[in-house]
Amino acid sequence: MKCRECDEFLVDYVAGELPLDVLATFELHLSRCRNCRAYLDQYRATIEAGKTACDAYKAGLRMPEELIQAILAAKPKAPS
Amino acid sequence: MPQTLDQGQGGQRPDPSVDETDLLSRLRAGDDVAFEELVRTYSPRLLAVARRIMGTDEDARDVIQDAFLNAFRSVKNFHGDARLSTWLHRIVVNSALMKLRTRKRKPEESIEPLLPSFLADGHYAEKFSSWGEQADEAVSRTETQELVRGRIDELPESFRTVLVLRDIEGLDTEEAARVLETTPNAVKIRLHRARAALRTLLAPHLGRGEL
Repeated sequence: MKCRECDEFLVDYVAGELPLDVLATFELHLSRCRNCRAYLDQYRATIEAGKTACDAYKAGLRMPEELIQAILAAKPKAPS
Repeated sequence: MPQTLDQGQGGQRPDPSVDETDLLSRLRAGDDVAFEELVRTYSPRLLAVARRIMGTDEDARDVIQDAFLNAFRSVKNFHGDARLSTWLHRIVVNSALMKLRTRKRKPEESIEPLLPSFLADGHYAEKFSSWGEQADEAVSRTETQELVRGRIDELPESFRTVLVLRDIEGLDTEEAARVLETTPNAVKIRLHRARAALRTLLAPHLGRGEL
């Protein structure tokens, strides 16, 4: 396996979805290729950075009151 | 001019004491107070979801309004087979994707320049080194988190959407493929490219010697 093929399998590898036969070849390449190990580390760190940054945004976001009022005003009135 | 969405200290959180069954039955009965409770309880996180998918505050506001009106119209057909928050999340994602599909599209910029290149022998053309613990430390800082979100917003729309659904919102490949009306394989390919492009954009900030 070359680095190019290793790259193509990263998405399945990170998801734990590589078929066992491919996994063995993939991990053999990783064990021999420092550059692919470093790239995998950066790839994982990228996923983690995105999640951390967006979760922090979610946790801190305030819903503007005028937007709440706009939604409430736009709601059709329930039949009485 | 629309205000930027406010990142407060803590923001509003879904109230864990909300009785979803009771809220749902009041919503289905057309109770105005219940609808306001629904909006106030769930909207902050849903607004954040819309903001990440749409890429701008203004579009996120439009999406969240449409989504709550859709929720109001369809609540009678919701039988409580998922959590209320999950049902609302789906409505927001679908409203956002619908808006992206219907608006006039500009040709998307190529993501190719942000992808790694390879030598003729199949090796990466670039030498990489692990970002190590410095990257974790950097991402724990508010300013780096803002930078990361800014780089996600820079990704071409079709790649940003997949990355947000899979890596941020936690949809699995099948579900992401269903809402994006594409194949699971196409989702995997786009996700891989989106991550690789984001890695390139973050490397100057998270790599060693750049902190």
